[in-house]
Amino acid sequence: MWKITRKRRSGLGEQAFILLCILAVALPLIVLASLLIDVAGDALGRLDWGFLTGYPSRRASAAGILPALVGSAWLIGLTALIAVPVGVAAAIWLEEYGGRGRLATFIEVNIANLAGVPSIIYGLLGLGVFVRFFGMGRSVLAGACTLALLVMPIVIIATREALRAVPHNLREASYGLGATRWQTTRHVVLPAALPGILTGSILAISRAIGETAPLIVVGALAYMAFLPTGPTSPFSALPIQIFNWVSRPQEEFLVNAAAGIVVLLVFMLIMNSAAVVLRSRLAKRMR
Amino acid sequence: MSSMRLGNIILTTLSAFALVACGKGGEAGGGGAVIAIDGSSTVYPITEAVAEEWQKEGKGRVTIGVSGTGGGFKKFCGGETAISGASRPIKDAEVEACKANGVEYIEIPVAYDGLAVVLPKSNTFVDHLTVAELKTMWEPGAQGKVTNWNQIRASFPSEELHLYGAGVDSGTYDYFTAAVVGKEHSSRGDFTSSEDDNVLVQGVAGDKGGVGFFGFAYYKENTDKLRVVPIKNGDAAPVAPSVETVSNGTYQPLSRPIFIYVSKKAAERPEVQAFVSFWMGDAGKLAQEVGYIALPPNAYTLGQARFDKRVTGSVFGGHGAQIGVSVESLLQKEH
Repeated sequence: MWKITRKRRSGLGEQAFILLCILAVALPLIVLASLLIDVAGDALGRLDWGFLTGYPSRRASAAGILPALVGSAWLIGLTALIAVPVGVAAAIWLEEYGGRGRLATFIEVNIANLAGVPSIIYGLLGLGVFVRFFGMGRSVLAGACTLALLVMPIVIIATREALRAVPHNLREASYGLGATRWQTTRHVVLPAALPGILTGSILAISRAIGETAPLIVVGALAYMAFLPTGPTSPFSALPIQIFNWVSRPQEEFLVNAAAGIVVLLVFMLIMNSAAVVLRSRLAKRMR
Repeated sequence: MSSMRLGNIILTTLSAFALVACGKGGEAGGGGAVIAIDGSSTVYPITEAVAEEWQKEGKGRVTIGVSGTGGGFKKFCGGETAISGASRPIKDAEVEACKANGVEYIEIPVAYDGLAVVLPKSNTFVDHLTVAELKTMWEPGAQGKVTNWNQIRASFPSEELHLYGAGVDSGTYDYFTAAVVGKEHSSRGDFTSSEDDNVLVQGVAGDKGGVGFFGFAYYKENTDKLRVVPIKNGDAAPVAPSVETVSNGTYQPLSRPIFIYVSKKAAERPEVQAFVSFWMGDAGKLAQEVGYIALPPNAYTLGQARFDKRVTGSVFGGHGAQIGVSVESLLQKEH
């Protein structure tokens, strides 16, 4: 008798827990969906080819997002070029070479801490180090260096997870065949970890797309009617343009902001799905 | 191994770029073909309009940042920008910073902006406010004490008072406090402040006891949600802000000129000269188009003359916001 009630109770508890879990999943999804629908509804009338290929304008209906879009693409490309090689190399050292020494532990703790530093702090660091000290000026390169620092801890952490997930017997088999540590890392561990590394890196870099605060500090522009021509060029970025439109008095600019948000989301979605596709293709090849 | 090598090559290339950038970075304010502008978000819509027209005619490249009046002066006095937008005159500390870096500047007013004091539509009991009543609301001593409308005027009903105002880093806040409290950058701290005026619009519109201030353009776009308060200054009859009352100087003390500061060194560049002249030629029309109030036409002629003669320095003498000045009298002072 006692057993039955006990069972019943636990069944009820379990059901309540499942319900709670479903709610926990549904709630953010509903919020996200309603936000997306709201934004997309506002943006619909404004999203056309002219908006994507136009330059900023005082007339909301003529204003376009091209310099910001190209600026963001430059930023993301350069950020990836800087953050991924350095981040992956750092992770390889920590995971394959660093061992459990004091230095490694010290670096590990610092990386974990860096991942939690507010992005505006990175902006100030970027202003002091890249813009001023290295004399990069308020260029797309300075912006990308700053964003690279911002996402590097995430790249490192994701890469280490991927490296750790490579079964140990693969390494041992390689050593058994007489391979050196570097040969093992290069030909066995890295290829096996590559899907995980790529996914982690792309997700880390997608985070950088939406960053506004550090870019404002580094000196992203609100208006430029030409496209960045190289790493030393001045630049604008999608979140800066959106922020600028949101703060304008005219209602039509708010519509532009909504359209800009949709462009930013699509940009991000493309990158994230690229991560998924890459991972599944690479994983298949591994087998 | 090749991918690692590629990474090295890329990194080396990048640092090479960085070195190239080093050389260019120093020139940006003085040399290159790009006219770098930064400064107040209040002046930004006008700058954007001028730059747009300017580039439509294919006359060269302009970049505009929005760092606020103070942030803009920081870059300007560091020699980074050619022109800085300002919603208040340059302050002493900024004058010093410019002097320290040998940056001389030409001050040119470009438009009037009125500050509107606004209420939600649901507030029906306020017919006007005097400057003294505004001071009662906003002065530092009111913090935590003046919390009800009936403390402002005995005839007002008992209704909680909630204040909304521009962010404390803005020239708008500086001007409002100078005009109302009597001391620049001094007010009570317990009010809702935002750098984004649309947030203030939403806040006031939905708050029965709310009252706020921001640029006239934000009121004009939201007349369906907000009611503007006529302001009584001294013995004059209460005046509501409008294009007319701001431009003829009767809406006092809350109308102000907004400025651009042109670096004298940058003014040696032909494209900067052409840009400023282009601006002065079209300024009134463009200012109105983006929601500001044009200066009287001869103010732009005087501004152009001031620029042509390279009259440097500020007629405000570094004292920051000044209340109730006519742009023409200012320009003539040193003309």
